[in-house]
Amino acid sequence: MPANVRAEIEAEFQRVADEHQKRLAPLTDDLELLGTGLDSLCFAVVVVRLEETLGVDPFNSSENSHFPSTFGEFVRFYENASL
Amino acid sequence: MRTHPSEAFTLWGAAHEHGGVSGRFVAGAAARLPLNEMLNGSVLDGRGEELRGRSVLIATRDQFLASMALIELDGIARRIVLYPPDLPFELLPAVIEAASVDAVVADRSAMGPQVPRVQYFLPYAREIVPQQCDRSVQVATEWILLTSGTLGIPKLVVHNLASLAGAINRENPAAPNVVWSTFYDIRRYGGLQIFLRALLTGSSLVLSSASETAPAFMKRAGSLGVTHISGTPTHWRRALMSSSMHEMAPRYVRLSGEICDEAVLTQLRSTYPEAQIVHAFATTEAGVAFEVKDGRAGFPVGVLESMPGVEMRIENQTLRVRSSRTATRYLGDRAPVLKGPDGFVDTGDLIEQRDGRCYFVGRRDGLINVGGLKVHPEEVEAVINGHPEVFMSLVKTKKNPVTGAVVVADVVLRAESSSSVRDPRSIRNDILLCCRRSLSAHKIPAAINFVPELAVAESGKMLRGHV
Repeated sequence: MPANVRAEIEAEFQRVADEHQKRLAPLTDDLELLGTGLDSLCFAVVVVRLEETLGVDPFNSSENSHFPSTFGEFVRFYENASL
Repeated sequence: MRTHPSEAFTLWGAAHEHGGVSGRFVAGAAARLPLNEMLNGSVLDGRGEELRGRSVLIATRDQFLASMALIELDGIARRIVLYPPDLPFELLPAVIEAASVDAVVADRSAMGPQVPRVQYFLPYAREIVPQQCDRSVQVATEWILLTSGTLGIPKLVVHNLASLAGAINRENPAAPNVVWSTFYDIRRYGGLQIFLRALLTGSSLVLSSASETAPAFMKRAGSLGVTHISGTPTHWRRALMSSSMHEMAPRYVRLSGEICDEAVLTQLRSTYPEAQIVHAFATTEAGVAFEVKDGRAGFPVGVLESMPGVEMRIENQTLRVRSSRTATRYLGDRAPVLKGPDGFVDTGDLIEQRDGRCYFVGRRDGLINVGGLKVHPEEVEAVINGHPEVFMSLVKTKKNPVTGAVVVADVVLRAESSSSVRDPRSIRNDILLCCRRSLSAHKIPAAINFVPELAVAESGKMLRGHV
């Protein structure tokens, strides 16, 4: 498990943004995910890639949970799953 | 309800009915136009008449402009081909040939060197001029919608306005107070349904724009008083990620285009407790088959026998549909057969029955549905296999909390590959680059796994793990 979940997530957002030619907004905790510049497909890819790098898919275990709204919630979602 | 029985049923004619056009509008991100101006104006610099009897490809970036061209050209053009915005331009030549396109309407000044010259090329006028085609003679225009094909070249699905509008109740008295909107693009079947619904029932319409974020769109939809709105479960899951959901107060929420799960229905119900939440089953080929209004995933078995005008049956586990809403055929040489000899379209969607209810459980042909857009594994495999270091590949579906599913690939590299000295990461990036060059974004694998071998059946075919 990488020590810094947040850094991994930030790096993955940037990689996926680059691949999809999207401009990524500065990632702050209260930034809405939909304001990051990534679209649905990008988030779908981010989830797959994070499963590879972090070894967890927090959505798999909680089918009925809300998808996080802000970047901060997204990070915490993964941090909690990685504990 | 034709004003002149001799006239064909056209968008232009039908939009005039039901108390006329006053107060009605169509809004894009950049403009909001009274319907009256759209029906009596030209976005083609008054040259629509030159396209009479032609096969016209509409290839605009902006769907608002496409919507205006549709109103102008239906009944005038012999055939209208709707080019979806996400389709790579490399596929244009094949589409132009298959649909015998002899006129192109676009919102750019040139289409690129790879596009064959057609007889007419009409860049959009910057403004609407108050001129309209001569409507004294109108034809039943063929509408061509594009769906993903096995070998990368899209399948061209032939409809007409009557088949597309077959599920629309044009006598809805509440329509004048309705403002429709959709997360879909109207160049896709699901979006086109909403465009037609608004125009044919006397309502207004708010269109999304590719240049606008989902929260900005929802805010605009709210400010324009949207009452009815549709999207795929993926569109809705994306919307649910944003507090801007509360900028809208729809009375009617519709889902289609993908398997609808309980989770998204539950979340929508808690966000819009007053709204009617409906999920519908439709495909570009089969047309609109049925709606489910009980707020639960799947559908009651009884639905199969209770839809007026639509016959349905389950055969070999897949849903078959026959109605006047189905497409006529596929266009082009060597096109596959769209419906069986008995007129039923096999949707290819596998059904499982549990406790008197039917549930969609996937596809017989392994077709992958990424946020409402279809992907044939074979077309992605063909691109991956084109990489010199790839021996074979298997493209499959992976469940995803955002888009329902994504595409992933297992890849076997050539034994003599230099991969022992090359970084697998660099080969992976290389393969992704190939995919990005020739595939729409939703078809590009989200993950590529290198595997030592793939299971091959005795028939010599790869084991795909589906029926």
